[in-house]
Amino acid sequence: MGTLLVGLYVLVLATLVGNEVISKVPPTLHTPLMSGANAISGISVLGAVAIAAHAESGAVWWLGMLAVAMAMVNVVGGFLVTDRMLQMFKKR
Amino acid sequence: MDLSTLVEIAYLVSAVLFVVGLKRMQSPATARQGNQLASFAMFLAIVGALVVAEVTDWRGILIGTALGATIGVAGARLVAMTAMPEMVAIFNGLGGAASGTVAAGTIVILLQSGAPVGGFVGIAITITTLIGAVTLSGSLIAFGKLSGRVSGNPITFPGQKVVSGLLFAVLLGMAFLVATGSGAAAFGPLEVFVIFAALALLLGVLLTIPIGGADMPVVVSLLNSYSGMAGSAAGFVIGNNLLILAGALVGSAGMILTMIMCKAMNRSLANVIFGAFGGDAGVAALASGEKKSARSVDAEQAAMLLAYAQTVIVVPGYGLAVAQAQHELRKAMDLLQERGVDVRYAIHPVAGRMPGHMNVLLAEADVPYDSLFDLDEINDDFARTDVVVVVGANDVVNPEARNPKSIIAGMPILDVDKARNVIVVKRSLSPGFAGIDNPLFYLENSMMFFGDAKKAMTDLIKEIREV
Repeated sequence: MGTLLVGLYVLVLATLVGNEVISKVPPTLHTPLMSGANAISGISVLGAVAIAAHAESGAVWWLGMLAVAMAMVNVVGGFLVTDRMLQMFKKR
Repeated sequence: MDLSTLVEIAYLVSAVLFVVGLKRMQSPATARQGNQLASFAMFLAIVGALVVAEVTDWRGILIGTALGATIGVAGARLVAMTAMPEMVAIFNGLGGAASGTVAAGTIVILLQSGAPVGGFVGIAITITTLIGAVTLSGSLIAFGKLSGRVSGNPITFPGQKVVSGLLFAVLLGMAFLVATGSGAAAFGPLEVFVIFAALALLLGVLLTIPIGGADMPVVVSLLNSYSGMAGSAAGFVIGNNLLILAGALVGSAGMILTMIMCKAMNRSLANVIFGAFGGDAGVAALASGEKKSARSVDAEQAAMLLAYAQTVIVVPGYGLAVAQAQHELRKAMDLLQERGVDVRYAIHPVAGRMPGHMNVLLAEADVPYDSLFDLDEINDDFARTDVVVVVGANDVVNPEARNPKSIIAGMPILDVDKARNVIVVKRSLSPGFAGIDNPLFYLENSMMFFGDAKKAMTDLIKEIREV
């Protein structure tokens, strides 16, 4: 099975799992869910690291550095702000 | 076992932890732990990526990480809970931009090495760039509308849909050029790619400006979904299954929220995106209609009514966030509870500017989450309720939704008009974002408590103490 097909398998199955898991998140947590999702979308930092790893200068260096920076804002900011919100949710 | 296999296994563990982390978001009791699991999964994945990357130049990674982490920490610490929609909009944009930039970096590397860009990788690059760019510029417009820097009214011009449609067709044509291009010709794929990215940014702007401020919960959710899809597409560019998986999880999260928001307004997604709904357009015509009178009460009268009630339901809306009145509201309701009044909160799915906006605001003000109820859970109770307090909400309590001729016909509303008394805390009788009058204000059982929500609640606290 080629890389493309494996990728498509992952895409389709992850979408199905995502639908199952996330449709059960209660409305009260929808905002933390979104900011948590923001953090997870920072996963593109994996691609950013691969690009920044070997560039010593020029356009690729800048693109790699910028991609790392933008993805890390999401990762760090997303998880922290979600945690800040979730610690405010208290039961009676 | 070699190193790259080990990293692949670490990626698998990380994938499992992302799913388990999201599953823990199904209850407020476990959600915080779930978020921590997901952040550990991310840490594991980043370490893995650094190991396999065989980094030869650390500067870009270190500078980028320092820059991103500093901005992220500052943003997460400083943002006010009322401004969460703006923050999520910016994060959506950055997520899309990061994925798009990965695609851009990949195409530059490929062209520099003289390798052909065509085929499958070429297609993946163009899709990533298209979704990433649309997410970035669309999110910036959404941020502008949410923060009041761009008009919340739909911005339209004649032939807008035609222009957007043509632009999309041009983008598809250029995507074909990039995807089938090979090597750095004189006017090679790189120049075509740069123009492609610029036009994709323009498309994001064109798609977002015609959407009104009240529809921002849908737009923010949709862009959330796009940022995930861009990540998935970037996974195909660099051949990384974890990226595909995590992106797909975010993509489905955003899509589920988008559909919930659309359903809560009884509108289709197409109607939200292309309908140019809401704003000031319809107001003038209505104002000239028949003159109706609304009863107004002051803080003392409102306090009397509330203090002697047995059951009270609070309906918060975007006005509560604007006035930052959540703490004062909670204090006033605490005083009522001390007197033995049963106080609950009814949350409409589209109250506020993003899904769950009101819940976070009230959590910040220490309102326990089990006092908050969804539309379905509480709607039958209004008829048995002594006093409903509507704070800064309008369209979500507009009985016009039951009128089949109204533009909000069929929208599920909170049936506050069925309560024995309704106190509406509002600055004026002006219409909500849908731009239509609200008959609720003129009903016999409703009374207007005019004023800014924060001032009104402060006065109310004082008066309840004196009852």
